[in-house]
Amino acid sequence: MTSLPVRGDAAGLRQPGVLALLAALACCAVVASLSIGASALPPGTVVAALTGGDVASRDAAIVLQLRLPRTLLGFGVGAALAVSGAMMQGLFRNPLADPALIGISSGAALAAVAVIVLGVPAAVAGLVGPFALPVAAFAGSLVTILAVQRVARGDGRTDVATLLLAGIAINAIASAGTGYLVFGSDDRQMRDVTFWTMGSLGGAAWPVVLALAPFALGAVLAAGRWAGVLDALLLGEREAALMGFRVEPAKTGIVIVCAAAVGASVAVAGVIGFVGLVVPHLVRLVAGAGHRLLLPASALLGGTLVLFADIVARTAVAPAELPIGLVTALIGGPFFLWLLIRRRRENLS
Amino acid sequence: MRTWLPVLFSLVLVSIAAAAEPPGRIVSVGGAITEIVNELGLGDRLVAVDSTSQHPPAMRALPQVGYMRALSAEGVAALRPDLVLLSDNAGPPPVIAQIRSLGIPTRMVPDRPTVAGVAEKVRAVGSFLDRQGEAEAMARDIVEGVEAVRAVVADIPDRPRVLFLMGLGRGAPTAAGQNTAADAMIRLAGGVNAMEGYEGYKPASGEAILAAAPDVLLLPSDALEAAGGRDAILAMPQFAGTPAARHGRLVAMDTLYLLGFGPRLPHAAADLARALHPDRADAFPKPPADRS
Repeated sequence: MTSLPVRGDAAGLRQPGVLALLAALACCAVVASLSIGASALPPGTVVAALTGGDVASRDAAIVLQLRLPRTLLGFGVGAALAVSGAMMQGLFRNPLADPALIGISSGAALAAVAVIVLGVPAAVAGLVGPFALPVAAFAGSLVTILAVQRVARGDGRTDVATLLLAGIAINAIASAGTGYLVFGSDDRQMRDVTFWTMGSLGGAAWPVVLALAPFALGAVLAAGRWAGVLDALLLGEREAALMGFRVEPAKTGIVIVCAAAVGASVAVAGVIGFVGLVVPHLVRLVAGAGHRLLLPASALLGGTLVLFADIVARTAVAPAELPIGLVTALIGGPFFLWLLIRRRRENLS
Repeated sequence: MRTWLPVLFSLVLVSIAAAAEPPGRIVSVGGAITEIVNELGLGDRLVAVDSTSQHPPAMRALPQVGYMRALSAEGVAALRPDLVLLSDNAGPPPVIAQIRSLGIPTRMVPDRPTVAGVAEKVRAVGSFLDRQGEAEAMARDIVEGVEAVRAVVADIPDRPRVLFLMGLGRGAPTAAGQNTAADAMIRLAGGVNAMEGYEGYKPASGEAILAAAPDVLLLPSDALEAAGGRDAILAMPQFAGTPAARHGRLVAMDTLYLLGFGPRLPHAAADLARALHPDRADAFPKPPADRS
């Protein structure tokens, strides 16, 4: 027994349909993201630029140097955050886990800001070279995820309230740390902190995309390995162990993969909140809680959602640009409230 | 061969003329840079500016590419500029690299809050826009104008202690320390920065402000309005005990005018100097009516 469809056969039946639908939606998001921007480029120009056709060099550069990497980066960040959120919700066995909500993103951001403002110690610099920023963000998210886990776990299960409270505390500590670094910084650094606290895909370029790709792809592929054990964990840790899953190695693996994916996302795009929380819930609403479907579907929908949020971020006030975290929080905040109210009603009835 | 010569000659002439013609679509990022472009008579070539470019007032009607440190590459590209003039404080760096990678000509303008820095800024913009002659004259005027203020200041023995507050906000007001544009202006106008011992703009505690004992409070006009006017500010507990409050000395000036370090620097310096030395006000040159 390796999988445990929570809503019986329905999830199994719906799987191909849902994935096909989400894949189609993702394709729409990619096309929209490539076609819409501050520069009005006709669809023909975009297609010609992508296929190496005859296009004015600046238009081609806008499509190939700005929009395409930005689209891929946005999709990768969205997929990484959403699949991490889905895994963490399964691992912590509570539906409110979100990399940003429980402090993991701000832990990663603090480490990244520290590297920017304070620089890298010479001994470490030789070791990590140009990867100081993603390595720091990874370390920051790993430390936070372990701390959150340690605080909220007891008696073989993770307490929901404690998890959220620990997240609030860690968010506070991390923003205090970031605030302290900002206090000692100049206007330039102060302004850049917006990037870390509100997120932006504005720095998208091919090397950045290539830096994120292994983390995002790795997280999505690795997630597949743990679908079965995450399903079993829904019943409890002892039950999962009785069912023959090696729970401890899976937990360690999930924590490390989530930390790497969230850390890398924060390093390239800052903190983009609510994606990891909202997306798995949206998927569960239509397709049930089975991880075999939840994980890949979350990756697809996460990428889609970030792309649509980014379209709003870069067209709403064009030629200027909003931070993307502002857009996702605007969508995610009300959704979160609705989720809390709904859960409360369910618990009462 | 003979028939080709005139063609070749006129081609060369045309290309020289083309080279001497400044770009037709300019995006300017930086308040002082935008002012310089306008002073050079090329304001009608500007197709967009950043949010710090608030002067002359006509600039506020242009599309805005956002705050100078938070630009968007495609936003700038969408304006199809032939030239982007960037303060070297503009950013973020990856976005500027993207703008360059699109083949959009960009020019970095040095942006230092000193008198020499303004002259340097004016000459840089002039050379990028092929207006070297006009720029040279403008730079000279600015330096001479500031020197005229300095000459009067040098004869005044007293140096009032001036506290510059960026904003009053709800908590501790943000005061200017050393190495700020405000600090430089205070010194130009014959004052002493009352806040000592730190660099940049930092929140200052009420006790630190009382201990600094400023003779004059200097703040942006919009901060004055936001805080409810002169009397309200002078009555605030952290100011009430200062010499500035006792003598009712509070000066409000437009931020860009005061700290912009652009073509209006001599006038701003003269205005501030007149406010700091009211008994010698007539000694300082009066700026033309439309200057602030």
